[in-house]
Amino acid sequence: MTQPVETIEQGRFHVVRTSTGSTVGTGLAIVATVFFALFPLWGSDSTQLTLVQIFYYLSLAQMWNLLAGYAGLVTVGQQGFVGVAAYTLFVLSERHNVDPFVAIVLAGVLVAALSIPVALFAFRLQGGYFAIGTWVIAEVFRLATLRIESLGAGNVQSLTVKNTFAGYSLESRRDLIYWASLGLAVGATLIVVLILRSRRGLAMQAARDSELGARCLGVNVRNTKLLMWVIAALWTGATGALIHLNSSTVTNQDAFSVLSWTALVVFIVVIGGVGSQIGPIIGVVIFWFITDRFEDSDTWRFIILGSVAVVMAAVARSGIDGLLQRIHPFEIFPVRRRLRQDAP
Amino acid sequence: MDWVNAVIQGILTGGLYALFATGLSLAFGVMRFVNLAHGDLAILAAYLTLSTSAVVGVGYWPSMVIVVLVMFVVGYVGQRGLFNFTLGEDPLPGILVSFGVGIVIQNALQEHYTATDRSIDLGPILTDSVTITDDISIGLFPLLTLAVAVVVLIALQLLFSRTSIGRAFRATADDPQTAQLMGINDKRLYGVAMAIAFAAVALAGFFRGARTSFSPSSGGGILLFAFEAVVIGGLGSLWGTLVGGIVLGVAQGVGNQASIGWDLLAGHLVFLFVLLVRPRGLVSAGGRGL
Repeated sequence: MTQPVETIEQGRFHVVRTSTGSTVGTGLAIVATVFFALFPLWGSDSTQLTLVQIFYYLSLAQMWNLLAGYAGLVTVGQQGFVGVAAYTLFVLSERHNVDPFVAIVLAGVLVAALSIPVALFAFRLQGGYFAIGTWVIAEVFRLATLRIESLGAGNVQSLTVKNTFAGYSLESRRDLIYWASLGLAVGATLIVVLILRSRRGLAMQAARDSELGARCLGVNVRNTKLLMWVIAALWTGATGALIHLNSSTVTNQDAFSVLSWTALVVFIVVIGGVGSQIGPIIGVVIFWFITDRFEDSDTWRFIILGSVAVVMAAVARSGIDGLLQRIHPFEIFPVRRRLRQDAP
Repeated sequence: MDWVNAVIQGILTGGLYALFATGLSLAFGVMRFVNLAHGDLAILAAYLTLSTSAVVGVGYWPSMVIVVLVMFVVGYVGQRGLFNFTLGEDPLPGILVSFGVGIVIQNALQEHYTATDRSIDLGPILTDSVTITDDISIGLFPLLTLAVAVVVLIALQLLFSRTSIGRAFRATADDPQTAQLMGINDKRLYGVAMAIAFAAVALAGFFRGARTSFSPSSGGGILLFAFEAVVIGGLGSLWGTLVGGIVLGVAQGVGNQASIGWDLLAGHLVFLFVLLVRPRGLVSAGGRGL
């Protein structure tokens, strides 16, 4: 039954924005970041390579979670941004000798700019049709790059030591890519936390929960969603460029692959918990575990992760995070606001 | 003359796209459910036709009938066992579940059938054509596909307007709560709606598989074409689906005629154009019903 309501006489209130949990969580995150940052000094090469992949999937997952879980923009077209970023990197670094790490930033900026006209079209659709619309637009990018002769028309393009990696030793290249990947993962997580702490973040979640209600409260829903869309595009683009710097090849089919850059990301976030802080992190750990066990079978990786994600999306919509929260509520980053009465 | 030919071929192709779009449109109209596995289900049906024919030992046409019936049942079970749990105000669960199902189907097909291109060889009917003039001839099979699409649309139109279950569909689409008050079991109804949608998708998959070769990853393209046909034609209109399919087919045909290989891109660009200037579609029926 309901608790008896406390009568609040007079008093002042203040907003509390941290908690024990969030302090512990933030502390752990900082420790983990430092740990992973120092990893190249003592860790094994193969583990370092695996970590690069985990980090960039975490970055992609954080951005997809931002859009689908917090902004109400369920997209299955992020592979379009990854592909465009890959070709941008190729053109800048391989053809014009731009430093590859500068190219990563430029790719992010280009994709962010591109995402605005994309939104012009995509935002005309809602829900499931919006999702498919983003897929169509990604396909348009893929087909367009295929048609451009100077980009090699779909053939495998390599990022060579002569051009892209000029001036980098094998080791420095490997370590810098690792740190870039770690930076993208940490940055993505930080961006999401900062957004959620901000007023815009509050507006965004209000718009997700009830567009009409949010509008009544004065939220500019369209601009809020557009802002989140562009931020996610920027970071997804930068990550996409890093991914291809790491693999040092760009192929049309792979760069724009819905399986690699959307399906896996969606499964990661859904299993971890859409719209939660820890969801992408848990999801990425499980992703790594399954990838490790099924390293020779790509299809089985998709079948297993996909099946688990489907079941969770149907009956355990808050994913693993939801299940954990039910055992004991917790938070890991300081994004919530609580009202506390001042001491008399 | 080449251009006239391109337009005619486009219209015929539009029949196939309208067939693709029917199942998608139906599920959305009755349940507001966008099935992202739509294309992969069509390809699944194509593979099942091949397997049924091999296992049961009958030709492809009887196999198709079997597969359509099987998919009908699968659709009912799938809706009641899985998709029904995702319905509601929030579109997220439906999108995620159907997307996931599509990916799983695609990979399961890959695992079982490998990535080799396959096709449903129906023999001479695939290449027979009717000659209209010296320069223009119409393929018999594409014509048949268009005819089947029109028949299916007419049948569905009759179902919705003349039968009691059709009335139930329309009532539930308009107002699920009141429909339940009238004694309609919405869960069972959604099951039947999805069963019909799956049957339509199986039919579409058969015609697709006979027309061109396919592989496990062909589903995505089908979903996109179906979706584009629905949007171009207009949400909430079955006949709009036919118009949309034809416009898409013609756009692709003309695009290819203008420059080889531009067919897909031309279709997508026309879709984007319609989305920009007339987002309600070319044939708006208004409302969200059927």
